[in-house]
Amino acid sequence: MSQLIQCHNLSFAAAGRTILQNVDLTISAGEIVSLIGPNGAGKTTLIRCLLGLEATASGTITRSPELRVGYMPQRLQTDPSLPLTVMRFLKLAEQPRDTPANALAETGAMHLAERALSALSGGELQRVLLARALLREPDLLVLDEPAQGVDIGGQEDLYRLIGKIRDRLGCGVLLISHDLHLVMASTDHVVCLNQHVCCHGHPQMVSADPAYLELFGEHQRAALVPYAHHHDHDHDAHGDVIKKTTG
Amino acid sequence: MPEFLWHAVIAGSMVGMIAGPLGSYIVWQRMSFFGDTLAHSALLGIALGLLSGVASGLAVLICCALVAVALVYLRGQSRLNQDSLLAIIAHSSLALGLVVVSFSAKNSVDLSAFLFGDILAVTRADLITIATSVVICGVILWRYWNKLLAVTVHPELAEVEGLPVHSLRLTLALMVALLVAAAMKIVGVLLITALLIIPASSAGNLARSPEHMAIIASVVATLSVLVGLGFSWSADTPAGPSIVVAATLIFVATLFAGPAKNRAG
Repeated sequence: MSQLIQCHNLSFAAAGRTILQNVDLTISAGEIVSLIGPNGAGKTTLIRCLLGLEATASGTITRSPELRVGYMPQRLQTDPSLPLTVMRFLKLAEQPRDTPANALAETGAMHLAERALSALSGGELQRVLLARALLREPDLLVLDEPAQGVDIGGQEDLYRLIGKIRDRLGCGVLLISHDLHLVMASTDHVVCLNQHVCCHGHPQMVSADPAYLELFGEHQRAALVPYAHHHDHDHDAHGDVIKKTTG
Repeated sequence: MPEFLWHAVIAGSMVGMIAGPLGSYIVWQRMSFFGDTLAHSALLGIALGLLSGVASGLAVLICCALVAVALVYLRGQSRLNQDSLLAIIAHSSLALGLVVVSFSAKNSVDLSAFLFGDILAVTRADLITIATSVVICGVILWRYWNKLLAVTVHPELAEVEGLPVHSLRLTLALMVALLVAAAMKIVGVLLITALLIIPASSAGNLARSPEHMAIIASVVATLSVLVGLGFSWSADTPAGPSIVVAATLIFVATLFAGPAKNRAG
């Protein structure tokens, strides 16, 4: 598999507070990578660094040449005073390779084409934002909490759709999610982030990892593998890493 | 109709036309305080022009352009409280401008003309300057409309898609600076932002697309300028406030005339 984007030793701090610490991550073509982690773990910041939106990140980020990125942001910040239909919004995409009608059909949002962007529900907006990302037929699809505001049944559909898109375009997918069950069922690679990469790997491996269990609490444990071994650090109240002292 | 009134009418119409699309961008990007800060710094430009002997129009343009560049740069600095920063720059430059102007009182400067606009003030040379500014803004808006719109809708999405977001923001800020310098003599520094915001908001009550909103805003702004100047001429009221009162009356009318889209959604 060809590597699309890779970061090595990526660190980021804002206002004197560490947000990311020595993060290594690789996304290859055809692979779905999920970022999970508690609130404030730096998931969105990591995505922003990879997209080149954070100028002050340190470490190395390597992109394959001519990488086309499709980005689905977490929300739309557009002022309601801007009268914009879904169709007009899609036509604002730079260097599209597909038509807005095709993209809307793929995400099942064709009926929204002439609706005002400001009048969409959460789930409808997610489909429109995904269509905008697809217009560029990206090599790498980056989705910041795609299932946000979508009901449970809709979330399953959405993950199935993301899988289909991956199959059709052969693109790599990086997504942030909160719903662990869905992530575990529909992802090739899980990265558990809490400022640093706590653990990563195949969903089944990660769900048995003590670092994962610690982050996501006791209620996850019953359904998964028992706590097997100690890991080498703890987290303080801010989520910073504290090395365990021996003895 | 006397010649100076023709000057004011022609200059005002040109300013009104370009205030439509620029005002729409200011409303969409919630930049009204930014516009205010630029307008207030125009008075500092006048004062510095008086001190240095540079023509006031040029001095205002240079001062506003520098403030615009500084504000676009500072916008990215998350450590600073943007709201307070804008207020500090706006009011300190206005205050400094007023103090400096009062020192050079021997030049018999009519402060109220700068603050509130004066229909007697527009000269033939001003007309050429204003026409040049309006043409420059018009060409840039026409040429980069979609890119400016993409940055307005979602700056980060635009950046990921490869647009030069920072340059586009700077372009928009410099166009507002250009308009402030052009409109200052007619509307006055204290009310320039109103000529940008109120017609665009009126248009927002009626429009179905961004372009539609920009055009309606141009019509409303031009109409406000003409009605305001007429009233200022016949009733001897200050030009800027008369224009803004006219714009506000139109805005109130659009509240009742508009489609229900925003209220329903």
